[in-house]
Amino acid sequence: MNKTDITCDVVIVGGGLIGTTLACGLAAYGVDVAVVDRITPENIISPDFDGRASAIAHTSKVALEGIGLWPIIAGETQPIDEIRVSDRPSLMFLHYDHADLGDNPLGHMAENRLLRTGLVTLMHQTQGLTVLAPAEITEVARTEGRAAVALDDGRTINCQLVAACDGRASATRTQAGIGVTGWTYKQQAIVTTIDHERSHDGIAHERFLSSGPFAILPLKGGHRSSLVWTEKSALVGSFMALDDGAFLDEVAERVGGFLGDVSLVGPRFCHPLGLQVAERYMDTRLVLVGDAAHSIHPIAGQGLNLGLRDVAALMDILVDAKRYGLDLAHSAGLERYQRWRRADNLLMAGMTDMINRLFSNDIAPVRMARDLGLAAVNSMPPLKRTFMRHAMGQVGDLPKLMRGEALG
Amino acid sequence: MNNNQTTRPPQSSRDEQEIAGFASHAGSWWDPVGPFAPLHQLNPARIRIMSDILARHYERSLADHHPFQGLALADVGCGGGLVTEPFARLGFSVSGLDASQESINIARNHATEAGLTINYQVGAPEETLLDLATNDVVLALEVIEHVADMEVFIAGLAQRLSPGGLLIMSTINRTLKSLVFAKGAAEYVLRWVPPGTHHWKKFVRPSELSEMLRSAGLRVVDIQGMTYDMATGGWNVSSDVSVNYVLSATPA
Repeated sequence: MNKTDITCDVVIVGGGLIGTTLACGLAAYGVDVAVVDRITPENIISPDFDGRASAIAHTSKVALEGIGLWPIIAGETQPIDEIRVSDRPSLMFLHYDHADLGDNPLGHMAENRLLRTGLVTLMHQTQGLTVLAPAEITEVARTEGRAAVALDDGRTINCQLVAACDGRASATRTQAGIGVTGWTYKQQAIVTTIDHERSHDGIAHERFLSSGPFAILPLKGGHRSSLVWTEKSALVGSFMALDDGAFLDEVAERVGGFLGDVSLVGPRFCHPLGLQVAERYMDTRLVLVGDAAHSIHPIAGQGLNLGLRDVAALMDILVDAKRYGLDLAHSAGLERYQRWRRADNLLMAGMTDMINRLFSNDIAPVRMARDLGLAAVNSMPPLKRTFMRHAMGQVGDLPKLMRGEALG
Repeated sequence: MNNNQTTRPPQSSRDEQEIAGFASHAGSWWDPVGPFAPLHQLNPARIRIMSDILARHYERSLADHHPFQGLALADVGCGGGLVTEPFARLGFSVSGLDASQESINIARNHATEAGLTINYQVGAPEETLLDLATNDVVLALEVIEHVADMEVFIAGLAQRLSPGGLLIMSTINRTLKSLVFAKGAAEYVLRWVPPGTHHWKKFVRPSELSEMLRSAGLRVVDIQGMTYDMATGGWNVSSDVSVNYVLSATPA
C-alpha cells in the first residue's frame, strides 16, 4: 500500500450537485467520504459553467435543511407561489396556487450556481469529507471484500462503496457494464437568464409552444427570471449563433409582453434532451445516484428533485448501516435502495415523457384535446391536487431526511 | 484439524457431519445470492437487535464512532464472519471461533480484505487449547441447532464469558410453524438454504434453552422474536418467538 493512499467509507465519483450533496449529508452523520472530480469546485462555480436554475420541491428543501445547505442559500432563493400552464394561442390554462394545498409555497427556484457555491461552503465546514480534484480516475476495482479507486496521480482510495454521481454519461456505470435504455427527444433546452421591467410576482409560467415547452421561472428579486426554451434540435444551432440583439428579440417574442421590457443577463447555454434509465442501480460495491441512474425531460422541473430523493434514500440506508457496523455495501441495503428509487424514478420518467409528447405537438386535434384536458384538470380539484403534490414531491414513501427527521 | 481430535475432551460439541456440510459451502459464505443468501437477508436485522441490546447493557450510544471500544467479544460458530465483522467495526476487540477450518480460512481472508483485525480460531468453545480469553460478550448465532452436544457447548460458552458479561444466542424454535417455515419453506420451497441444512428435531424451544443455560450458571435476561416480512423481503423484530428468536443471558 502506498503511504499516500486514502481509506474512507464511501468514494463519490462526481462533484456535481448530487455528488456534493450526498457527500455533505453522509459526512454530517459520521460516514467518511471522498469526492473525486475532474474539475475543481472553484471552476464548477464559475458563471460560465452552469447557467441553469432548479426548482426545489418542498420535500427537497426539507432535505437540504437537514444537511445544512438551506440556511446558506435561503436568502437567495425565490418561492414559487403559483404555476400557470398555458397553451398559446388558446386561452385555456391550468392554474396551480399554493393556497390550494396549505401554507408552503409550491417550491423554490435556486440558480444552480447558488447551489454549487453553497455546497462548496458547506463542504469546507464539514468534517470527514475529502475533495480530490482535479483528479482523473484510472481504475475502479470492486471485489466482494472491498473497493479501490485508483487516481492518475498514483494514489488509491480504499473504500466499502463507490457512489457513481458522474451524470448522464457516467463512465463508472459504463465500466460496470450496466446498460441504459432511453431515447433522445430531438429537442434541446436553450437556457438563459433575463431581467424584466415588471415583477414576476412569484409566478412560474409554462407555455406550450409548437416547438416544445417554454418555461419562465422566477428568480430572487422579482425582476429576474430563468428561461428554459425547448426547441427542435435542428433549429437550436441557428438560435445559439444569433447575436445578442437578435437572440433577445426571439426571447422577447416568446415571453410575451406581460413582464414589460426584457434584457439578457449572462451567457446562453444549450442542453440536449433525452430520457435515459439505467437497467440496474447497483452492482458489487457500487450504486448509481442521480443522473447516472436516470435522466428525464426537464418539463416538470423534477430532475434534481429525483436526484435528491436518491440521496436522501441512500443516506437512510448508509447511515443506518454505519450505525450498526454493517458493511456499507451490504446487499440487502443496496437492494432496498434500488427497489425504493427505481419505481419512483420510472414513474416520473414516464409522466414527463407523456406530457412532453402531448405538448410538443402542433396537430390541431391533439392541441384541442390537451386544451380540454388542461381545463378539465383545472376543474377537478382532486386530480389537480394530486399533480400539485407530485410537483411538491409529496408522493410516495419518503426518506427520513425528506420528512425532516433525524437519521441514525 | 485432526491433531485437535486427540486433545479434545471426551464429550464434544463437534458434529463432524455438520462441520463437513458447512465446509463444503464455505466458499459461498459472502455470496449474497449463494446458499447463505437468507443469512445475508437476516443479518442486518439481527445485528440491529444485538447492537441495541448491547448498547443498553453497556450504556453506550450507537451514535458514537466506535461505541463498544474497550470491550471484548467472541463470536462462536462465526462461519465466514458475517456477524464478526460488523462488531469489529463497532469497536469491539473481536474473536471468531468456528469448528470448520475452511470457514475460518474464508473469514480470515475476508477480514484482511476489509481491513479489519479479528482473531480467528478453529475449534469448539469447550476446547481448552484455544487462544480465547474470557469475553465481555459471547455470541452463538444459528449454531446450537448444529452441535452434537448442547450441554457441553453451552458450558463451553459460559466458560468464555467474563463476570457481568452477556451471552447472546439466536436459533430456531421447535414449533409446527418453524417446521413449515424454517425447514419446509426455506429448504424445499424457497430454496433459501440447501435441503438437509436443518434437522427439525434439533431445533430448541426457548424453555429448553433457558433450562440448559440455568444449569450452566447463566440467567436469561431477554428474549425477542424475528419475523420475516414477505412483502419487503426483510426481517423485523417482533414479540413472536415461534420461529426465529434471540435470547440473552448473564452469569447468575
